[in-house]
Amino acid sequence: MSAGTSDGRARVLADIRKSLGRSAAASVAIVPLSGNVPRPAFDGDLIERFAAKMLEKSATLARLATLGEAGAEAERYVTSVGAGRKLCVSKALVEIAWPLGLEIEHRAAVREDETSITPCFAAVAESGSIVTLSGPDTPSTLNFVPENHIVIVHASQVVRHLEDVWAQWRASGQAMPRSVNVISGPSRTADIEQTIQLGAHGPRRLHILLVAD
Amino acid sequence: MQASGSTFTKRASIAIHDTRLQSALGHASGGFVHKRALQVAALPEFEALRERAHSVKEHVLSNLDAYLERYEAQVTRQGGHVHWASTAQDAQRIILGICRDANARIITKGKSMVSEEIDLNAALEAAGHEVIETDLGEYIIQLAKEPPSHIVAPAVHKTREQVADLFDKHHRPLGYTKHLTEVSEMVDEARQVLRQHYFRADVGITGGNFLIAETGSSIIVTNEGNGDLTQTLARVHIVTSGIERVVPTLDDAVTFLRLLARSATGQETTSYVTLSTGPRRGDDLDGPQEYHVVLVDNGRSKMLGGPFREMLRCIRCGACMNHCPVYSAIGGHAYGWVYPGPMGSVLTPLITGLSTAYDLPNACTLNGRCQTVCPVKIPLPSLLRELRRQQFESGLTPAPIRFALKAWAVFARRPRLYHLKTRFGIALLSMFGRQRGALSWLPLAGGWTESRDLPAPQGRTFQQAWSARKGARP
Repeated sequence: MSAGTSDGRARVLADIRKSLGRSAAASVAIVPLSGNVPRPAFDGDLIERFAAKMLEKSATLARLATLGEAGAEAERYVTSVGAGRKLCVSKALVEIAWPLGLEIEHRAAVREDETSITPCFAAVAESGSIVTLSGPDTPSTLNFVPENHIVIVHASQVVRHLEDVWAQWRASGQAMPRSVNVISGPSRTADIEQTIQLGAHGPRRLHILLVAD
Repeated sequence: MQASGSTFTKRASIAIHDTRLQSALGHASGGFVHKRALQVAALPEFEALRERAHSVKEHVLSNLDAYLERYEAQVTRQGGHVHWASTAQDAQRIILGICRDANARIITKGKSMVSEEIDLNAALEAAGHEVIETDLGEYIIQLAKEPPSHIVAPAVHKTREQVADLFDKHHRPLGYTKHLTEVSEMVDEARQVLRQHYFRADVGITGGNFLIAETGSSIIVTNEGNGDLTQTLARVHIVTSGIERVVPTLDDAVTFLRLLARSATGQETTSYVTLSTGPRRGDDLDGPQEYHVVLVDNGRSKMLGGPFREMLRCIRCGACMNHCPVYSAIGGHAYGWVYPGPMGSVLTPLITGLSTAYDLPNACTLNGRCQTVCPVKIPLPSLLRELRRQQFESGLTPAPIRFALKAWAVFARRPRLYHLKTRFGIALLSMFGRQRGALSWLPLAGGWTESRDLPAPQGRTFQQAWSARKGARP
């Protein structure tokens, strides 16, 4: 790193402190600021809210009784959208018995991949979002490179607010992953004449497999 | 980029007579305003969220040095590098250095207003790098060689026909020969053209909507997914962010996320919110090998200590410009620099100089809609008034206006004289306008009456009418 960088640091911090009228740093603990923290309230079943919100955000959703049905649903889905039978699947889903008709590969996504399947860390009822954490078994390219992104969500993973996801992550004792993706629907743009168009650069389709168990 | 040389009045006048621009603006502003209103109406907690966001920002600003140091320590702990840029030139120099050290040739970019502010593309291109904007709106204006005209929707001033023409010109050499008419075709073609670049890029540069001190994460809030492809597929990820963007905790970030998408595009959430923390881990299969954050001051620390401190709460949602009658009439380019609308009219003079952007604080009706919709309650009209005051103090206000203001002050300080003068004036105007009921010309106000008539007064002043009624309701 160049010497200029550390000079810049000293200068910016000195300028900030000058404006704040002090000469040295005041130490601040990273604790929640006191006072009312509003979180949107809503009634009704969390899982139904999650499902309805995902549909509102242009995702599609299939309800499965068990995880064992995921393979058949994935096969049906790729056929229905006209995608190839080669799927790039998160290694975290290696236990699933995939249909013999599907070619399953566990790796990061490449340009030619049409469809990926990933698990999620949690799902959020408030906004209709799934949250993924990157890791060796869950490379984040799976979430963005293929045209179709299939996500497996267990009903028990649905929480009320995004803050509940952070609480779960803190309680898990895991280190912060390189990438946390909060995904609420397929890729979209309205950059030309405010016309909403799905599939701008990321997945054109987001398909949720909501597993009851 | 540099603030444009020609005058605001001239640019505004051209914009008002540009029929294509007016058609594009017509598409835009109504949609944003309507969608935001629906979202706000559907969220009873919206006002409480604004209050909370206000308090969190004020708390951070009062302890900005400590939060930045804490943030830096967390980034470093995760294997990332934090660089501090006092000026736009420092920021350019730092980023050029990172690109040079990485032997970078191709640089992809997600949308970043700070990179516009520091004129990064020009510096990168001058150093021989190939720079590709990947946000669709930014890509369109890069092809058109124009600055953004809106901080959220950079190509909002372009019609689909103009986009089609740009694609004809720039995509034909790549083998795309069909002339496009539908928005869906244009989005698809841009997707195909840009896709190859993500995989070729050496460096990916994105902005940072929020920086989290608790975890050392930077957040981007997007719909297209281009930012994620940019930062995941390049060897080196550089985040450019203003020093005021730090928030204490993950939970605090959620408060701002709830406000941002609703205020910006009228969405409940964007398709993607991504937290990036450090480079690829040892056993990761993808992600950049290096992660850098360039914290840009460029006048912000100075604002912290003065009357414009509240401007540092800004989360760059664009609601103020969407609701501004002046912006809606002239679009973003007339403002002459990268930040348009009410927030730009405050920021541009503060960053580029009080005298270079003289007109901006004055091109405002002080109607206050911007303040009403601002998710972090920035008193934009008061800040614009303060800029006018400073312009007056430093002698920048033109002589005729200074004279008029001083003359008005003479009367305003002497109520009797003021009433006498208005009684006389009103009676005179009433007499001259009696026949038509309106006046088509006023002395010293030819500019005002050039495009409209002044309704003739009834003959009495408000004070006279009030005292005749003795305060009784009609």
